[in-house]
Amino acid sequence: MKKEIKIFDNPKNVKRLLWGFYLSLAVLIAADFFVHKHAEFPWAGRHQFFAAFGFVSCVLVITIAKILRFFVKRREDYYDD
Amino acid sequence: MMTDVWMHPALVFLIGGLLVPLMPAYAKRGMMLFLPAAALAVLFSLPNDTYWVYRVLGYELILGRIDALSRVFAYIFVLISFIAFLFALKVEDDLQHTAAFAYAGGALGVTFAGDFFSLYIFWEIMAVASTFLILARRTERSQAAAYRYILVHLLGGLFLLAGIILYAHDTGGVAIQKLTLSGPGSWLIFIGIALNAAIPPLHPWLQDAYPEATPTGSVFLSAFTTKSAVYVMARIFPGTELLIWLGAFMTIFPVFYAEIENDIRRVLSYSLMNQVGFMMCGIGIGTQLAINGAVSHAFCHILYKALLFMAAGSVLHVTGKIKCTEIGGLYKTMPLTCLFCLVGAASISAFPLFNGFVSKSMIISAAGHEHIPIAWLMLQFASAGVIAHAGIKVPFFTFFGHDSGIRAKEPPVNMLIAMGIAAFLCVFLGVFPQPLYSILPYPVDYVPYTGAHVVGQLQLLMFGMFAFALMIRSGYYPPEVRAINLDVDWFYRIGGRIFQGAADRGLNGLNGIADQLLNRKLTGSVCRFARQAPANLVLFFVPAVRAVSGISKDESGKVRARILAAFETGSVPIGLSAAAATLLVVILFFFT
Repeated sequence: MKKEIKIFDNPKNVKRLLWGFYLSLAVLIAADFFVHKHAEFPWAGRHQFFAAFGFVSCVLVITIAKILRFFVKRREDYYDD
Repeated sequence: MMTDVWMHPALVFLIGGLLVPLMPAYAKRGMMLFLPAAALAVLFSLPNDTYWVYRVLGYELILGRIDALSRVFAYIFVLISFIAFLFALKVEDDLQHTAAFAYAGGALGVTFAGDFFSLYIFWEIMAVASTFLILARRTERSQAAAYRYILVHLLGGLFLLAGIILYAHDTGGVAIQKLTLSGPGSWLIFIGIALNAAIPPLHPWLQDAYPEATPTGSVFLSAFTTKSAVYVMARIFPGTELLIWLGAFMTIFPVFYAEIENDIRRVLSYSLMNQVGFMMCGIGIGTQLAINGAVSHAFCHILYKALLFMAAGSVLHVTGKIKCTEIGGLYKTMPLTCLFCLVGAASISAFPLFNGFVSKSMIISAAGHEHIPIAWLMLQFASAGVIAHAGIKVPFFTFFGHDSGIRAKEPPVNMLIAMGIAAFLCVFLGVFPQPLYSILPYPVDYVPYTGAHVVGQLQLLMFGMFAFALMIRSGYYPPEVRAINLDVDWFYRIGGRIFQGAADRGLNGLNGIADQLLNRKLTGSVCRFARQAPANLVLFFVPAVRAVSGISKDESGKVRARILAAFETGSVPIGLSAAAATLLVVILFFFT
């Protein structure tokens, strides 16, 4: 019998992973105050610009994708005769 | 100029590939790994120069323009051939191997072509050879996709050829050089290249065909066609402003489709287009930094995209499935494939320490240096989009997500090693970009690892992931559904069908009417006339004869019947038929 890895079957491990993830987000927020910026555009040099931009972009991408799906989704056999 | 050196690297593949089917199984496998190594050795032995120059019909054909730009692409084409053939080593289908060698050979030929004619010939070799990698899946769906694929590429090839002919006519030569978009010749060449680069709206052949190819075939496909088009575009149209905007649009448009697509290999195809968009944008910006960025991104992209296609191909190979709705939870029994897929995902997302970071950054920085804020914002937006679809969606829905209950084994060891090599190179070049930077066409004065850049990029990606996690957990993320999404290929798939239907009804209707009138009615009446004319002619004279001879009406009826019967059976008394024939001749004489 081949052995299976089941680490994410345990909700505790998923929780640990998520907490690690949230912690790294906090570290990134903090780190942003300590790095020397040399941005090409004034707004890109603002603190936490990339965090906000990344978050908003992803929400926008998913939202637009949902709207797009409304228009372009078809049955799987749409092109079949 | 040297013409008498060694063998052209493309010929190593083109000729070697033809020998592969003739060999016994073990020699065949050895040959598949030897040929890329041989091509690399040939490449190393040739210093930058111009080789294999021939005069044909008054034109100078150059088969070997080896300079910094063509050399980088040749290196990665040969390298990925080795990895892809290792991945496909146990495939028992000579058609695929020979086609893949011809395809890779065509790509090398395009890379080294110094004139438009030889470029065109290798371009078409690529189109035809790659079609067989789709056909080789041998399903009804793949046959249809391959048919559409070759039609679209032949059309693109015709654009290119028409442009080349106009160019040769205008300039009197066929040497490949930098062009600007002025006049029909350069526009047609541009359109021909843009089609192979999958620049919208000329892109849907890619998402249509690549997911239908064989599990190993799509690895080759992901490497050569679009990237050789990137090379040719960088060679001929660097600094063309239109490319900045086409490229930037091209990075964003496929992201939405990738998000809602169910077939993992189709998600990867949309993401391929998105990545080529970055390269096109870099070529459009055209500065040394931007061109270096585009070229290095092509190099890195070939590695991680092939890696992702290999991971997807492995899943398809062992489970027979590759749709989000059908797979999931595969990390449990395929941990290595999962790990390689995660490396590919991190690389395409441009995480620091992975190769996408050291190449894509150059393009985005170039947009910043040239102060093109809109393009810069579009590229950053697209980068956040990449983390959502290729960075998370592909590994998440394949290896994690809902448990599909499938407990598939890891793929064969050759496939694992191929993925391992690609994954190693993705990380190696991410950590030590110097070997890559040292072979770029221009000197590199770029430091990807600065504090601000690393933190900024990590923020962009991690907060994008944060948004993704929140949307998945809240149920806002569009669910996986069994469905397809319409793209602009609708116009030729349904449009083609409408055209066919119209042609069917219109032309076949016309045919039917012509058949009715000419074949059935007219021919029949001519025949009837010809057959009955003598009898009718004779019958015409029956009343007159009756009046003279005094036969009764009853008798004359019998006479009519006898005459008709006699003409039907051909037993007419000689005098009567001779008279009828003479009369007919007289009538015909007057009417003609």
